[in-house]
Amino acid sequence: MIDVNALIGPYPFRHVPHPDPDVLMRVLDREGIEEAWVGHLPSAFYRDPSLGNRELYAALSRFADRLRPVPTIRPDWPRWEDVVRDARSVGAPAIRAYPPQWQLGPHDPGMRDLAIAAGEQGMALLLTVRFEDLRQRHSMDGAGDLSAAAIRGLARAGDGVRLIVTAAGRDLIEEVHWGLTVIEQRRVLWDISWVWGPPEDHLAKMFRTIGPERFVFGTQWPLRLTQNPRANLDLLPEDLRGMALADPHALLAR
Amino acid sequence: MTPGRDDATTRTEPLIDAHAHFYHAAAGRADWAEVNAARFRAGERMGITYHVASALGSYGFSSPTYFPSPADVTVGNDVMLDICARESERVRMFVTVNPNYTEHALGEIARCLSRGAIGIKLLASRRADDPLLDPIAEAAADAGVPILHHIWQHRRREWPSQEISDGADLARLAERHPRASFILAHISGGGDYMHTFPAIVDCPNIYPDLSGSGVDRGMLDAALDALGPSRLLWGCDLTMETGWAKLRALEVIGLSDDELSAIRWRNVARICPANSFPRCAQATVAS
Repeated sequence: MIDVNALIGPYPFRHVPHPDPDVLMRVLDREGIEEAWVGHLPSAFYRDPSLGNRELYAALSRFADRLRPVPTIRPDWPRWEDVVRDARSVGAPAIRAYPPQWQLGPHDPGMRDLAIAAGEQGMALLLTVRFEDLRQRHSMDGAGDLSAAAIRGLARAGDGVRLIVTAAGRDLIEEVHWGLTVIEQRRVLWDISWVWGPPEDHLAKMFRTIGPERFVFGTQWPLRLTQNPRANLDLLPEDLRGMALADPHALLAR
Repeated sequence: MTPGRDDATTRTEPLIDAHAHFYHAAAGRADWAEVNAARFRAGERMGITYHVASALGSYGFSSPTYFPSPADVTVGNDVMLDICARESERVRMFVTVNPNYTEHALGEIARCLSRGAIGIKLLASRRADDPLLDPIAEAAADAGVPILHHIWQHRRREWPSQEISDGADLARLAERHPRASFILAHISGGGDYMHTFPAIVDCPNIYPDLSGSGVDRGMLDAALDALGPSRLLWGCDLTMETGWAKLRALEVIGLSDDELSAIRWRNVARICPANSFPRCAQATVAS
């Protein structure tokens, strides 16, 4: 099992206990998760995330066999292309971008270029629909959720694009998935960190309609309990339980 | 007792979901029976001994979910009475009322308590500290049943479709009615739970339930730090996977067996009428 949606570092709008890589390692051991793709949480809110990326690389260096760095790259920042190449050179499986936090619209050409550039380097572009429930956000957190239109636009940007969309719910996933061609759908994986289980059974319904091969394991640690996606899988109806999720490495090898 | 069916359930002692709902044919959704069946399916898997449930009128179909008409309130309560009769081994009922219709509300409370309801469910039809809730709180105290009150954690403004209340609002009602017990709904069901804990810490007759779709790390620790394990009730509401995740988290954060047992079922059993959960008592005798 790979957790594609882990982070380290503090969150600006509430206290998060122990968002540190050594704690993450203990959590992975406890939960039986072999590997995590790890971003740097405060970088989402930095104007220039490059120093956050340096912190990320340094913090994860002791755990390189299990914690894979996922740096943050702004496509509206000078020389972002160099940062993409740097990410590849340190073995990053993906890069993170946060268009709502950076006020980049759903059809921003820079985001499109970033998705293509990441794909050319064999990396996924990892997107975050939200960090917190809309109902509890801080009054200064006005970014809003990532829109379905933005995701559709990136999925249509080219055949080399590989997207991993995290923290999405059923409505947004279905709106994007069924708004793409079959070829475009194959460019997108969804983490299950925010998908509802029973009794509404959103995850089960999407396994039946979209297929488990479009979903990956993700927790959004340290913001959310690591136990949640595992509990969701354990509560699937009998005929769906144990079905294999997608291997995110396979998306990169495509 | 409902032992876990396989190794996915880590404990075999009783477990009470203090915040559940069931749907019905007049609830405006074609899949209502599937959703109810899914709750039972997941409950079996998790080892839930009792679902303590209510029906929220017509769930918006013929009157708003949080402002149900008296007619819809009665329909929903009749549905719950039927479910309790059919599923007496695993379902208990809270009677739903709209406090804007005092006579109807008190009539429904009397009718449903006489047929086995073990608590009262209040939605968001009237602010929690409004005097219109006083006769309902008095009725609850007289009958020795708790009130489960829908709560928005820290209301900073009005939101559509609800007349929301937060912990501070409920605390004012609880202070006026020290003989009654109040369940503060879903600390992870929307809003800022960190506001709720200090708002209710001095009201020992308020018991927050842990239900809701949120699974924020740090929330359980903060609740335990502020209120202690004797005031927290486990529950799921609309998302059972988050309920199970929180239960699994509680098992690894250093609680004693007695503290965990209190949150799993003993606290809610304590504030409900005696013998409301006979299978829990049997289980503890057997063990």
